[in-house]
Amino acid sequence: MRSRWSYVYFAFYLLLGIVLLFLNNDLSKAVITLMNVIIVLVPLIGTIFGVMYYYNSKEFTELLLAQPLKRSSIFLGQYLGVALSLSMSLILGLGLPFVFYGLFESSAIWDFSLLLITGTFLTLIFTALAFNIALSNENKIKGFGYAILLWLFLAVIYDGLFLMTLIMFEDYPLDKVSLIGTMLNPIDLSRTLILLKLDISALLGYTGAVFKQFFGTSFGLIISFIMLTVWVVLPVLRIIFKSKKKDF
Amino acid sequence: MKTFFIVMSVIFMTKLSIAQNITVCKTCPISTLKKAIAHAKDFDTIVVKSGTYKEFDVNVNKPLTIIGENYPVIDGELKGEIITITSDNVTVDGLFIINVGTSYTEDYAAIRVKNSKNFLIQNLVLEKLFFGIYIEKSRDGKVFHNKIIGDAVEEYNSGNGIQLWYSNNVKIEHNFVQHVRDGIYLEFSDDCVIKNNVSALNVRYGLHFMFSNDDIYQDNIFENNGAGVAVMFSKHIEMYNNIFKENWGTASYGLLLKEINDAEIEGNTFENNTIGINIEGSNRINYKQNTFSNNGWAIKVKGACYTNKFTQNNFLYNSFDIAYNSKVNDNEFDKNYWSNYTGYDLNKDGIGDVPYRPVKLFSYIVNRTPETIILLRSMFIDIIDFSEKVSPVFTPDDLMDNNPQMKKITW
Repeated sequence: MRSRWSYVYFAFYLLLGIVLLFLNNDLSKAVITLMNVIIVLVPLIGTIFGVMYYYNSKEFTELLLAQPLKRSSIFLGQYLGVALSLSMSLILGLGLPFVFYGLFESSAIWDFSLLLITGTFLTLIFTALAFNIALSNENKIKGFGYAILLWLFLAVIYDGLFLMTLIMFEDYPLDKVSLIGTMLNPIDLSRTLILLKLDISALLGYTGAVFKQFFGTSFGLIISFIMLTVWVVLPVLRIIFKSKKKDF
Repeated sequence: MKTFFIVMSVIFMTKLSIAQNITVCKTCPISTLKKAIAHAKDFDTIVVKSGTYKEFDVNVNKPLTIIGENYPVIDGELKGEIITITSDNVTVDGLFIINVGTSYTEDYAAIRVKNSKNFLIQNLVLEKLFFGIYIEKSRDGKVFHNKIIGDAVEEYNSGNGIQLWYSNNVKIEHNFVQHVRDGIYLEFSDDCVIKNNVSALNVRYGLHFMFSNDDIYQDNIFENNGAGVAVMFSKHIEMYNNIFKENWGTASYGLLLKEINDAEIEGNTFENNTIGINIEGSNRINYKQNTFSNNGWAIKVKGACYTNKFTQNNFLYNSFDIAYNSKVNDNEFDKNYWSNYTGYDLNKDGIGDVPYRPVKLFSYIVNRTPETIILLRSMFIDIIDFSEKVSPVFTPDDLMDNNPQMKKITW
């Protein structure tokens, strides 16, 4: 089951990559479209796939639990199985068309590798979050509901609330708040990381020392990557913790 | 008639035979430029052999041609102004001038032209300078192929590369200016031509106009300056085929227009600037066939701008195409190519069937609360931009391009 779906996923990205490149004929525009795909679709697919996989293989997991195996290795194995196969599909599916298109000779290679790296991080994060939701909810429908809601919240609603807050408190110095707000949402974080490459000229238009330090130096890049790693590690730790205590 | 010609040619030949060469070198009888000028008669040529000459306050008060061989160094030892030209018809060629004095009460220059006509300043290299070439109340001259490399860090204690003050009809061509305050600065100077220069890494502006009318600048490159070009309080300026690149920063523009009327801006390229063009109080300007690519804001309109026309420009992958801070619009956008355009072309005439609205709601929000820039390209922002596009509330509703091109325009 895992392999079948990851083939579909792979085929989808392959198709997307080919369509983008050969219809657009322009690498920089393709990179912008890809960014939208990566920060919206990758988390969605990661979430749904993670939840689906957990519920579908629940009986098999219970069978495994009867064997003399460590719980953490069972669940971590499942998690890594899903997350890594999804990441592989993403990297190969998008990577192959771009390589054939002549990515290595182009200057967009760094933008593109950054896209793939953040895509991989997002897959790892959202699959882990999905496993957390599934572990905490016995009810399949409820689990799916929460998972979709989580995606919707982080992808759209969070930004809405964030924007409202910024506009409401516009009289106060907000640069630190806005940076912290970005750090707390993995989708925003990945978006900012990609913006650092794509729209740096616009980002530097704002007068603020904190912004300037964050965007103008490699400081922003480093902090963003650290935060993304934290975003992977925390949910995974909770998977281990939760799976040890859970009754089956 | 015949006798007239003979008389003329005799006069001409005697004139030629009077004009003689004076050579300046370390071991010659005349070992300084000052002495050479004192000895010289009108229309003489002074040849300066290579070597280092420690001189300042050299006053060229006769029509002379001063030529340096293998770039002799004129070292001012930071004592003040180095060469001052006060006569008509002076040519200075091939000198290496360094160490101009810095003063806060006087604008010391490496070479200053004062109240003269028909001067030619060419092939100079200026380093460690305060002001470079300072032309005041002079006319009909040429500044050609000079290299000016300063070491300016702050605006208040640095000077300009090439400065014109009340000087008309001067040609500035093929110069290379770096690391000064303003690369080229024109104040009260009309009918000047600025062509094929490279002005880069300057603290303030690459090129700066103040109260100067009817000037042309074309085929120049402005790169990495505090701001590329500032055109202020001037009329009838023509700007053709210049390249404005990588002017990054909080108050950084490719081109800043302030109180400019009746200008032509054609064939220029704006690339990777925080703001491509910043327009304030400028009327009747034609923007034609310019390319704006990968800028933060391609064009930022600050208000009081009327009857400007934007036609056949390419807007490629800018974070924001146009930003307005008001709801009123009196400018015309027509037949441009917008890479963000998402419409269709059913009758295949190369013109999109749906008008394009270049001003987004998000640019209005960013204008109000600059920190929101961090939400750029978020899905939520795309949604609110879309709803604003369908029914404009905050952005000027008549600001649209009715004939957006489907393909990038090539000339």
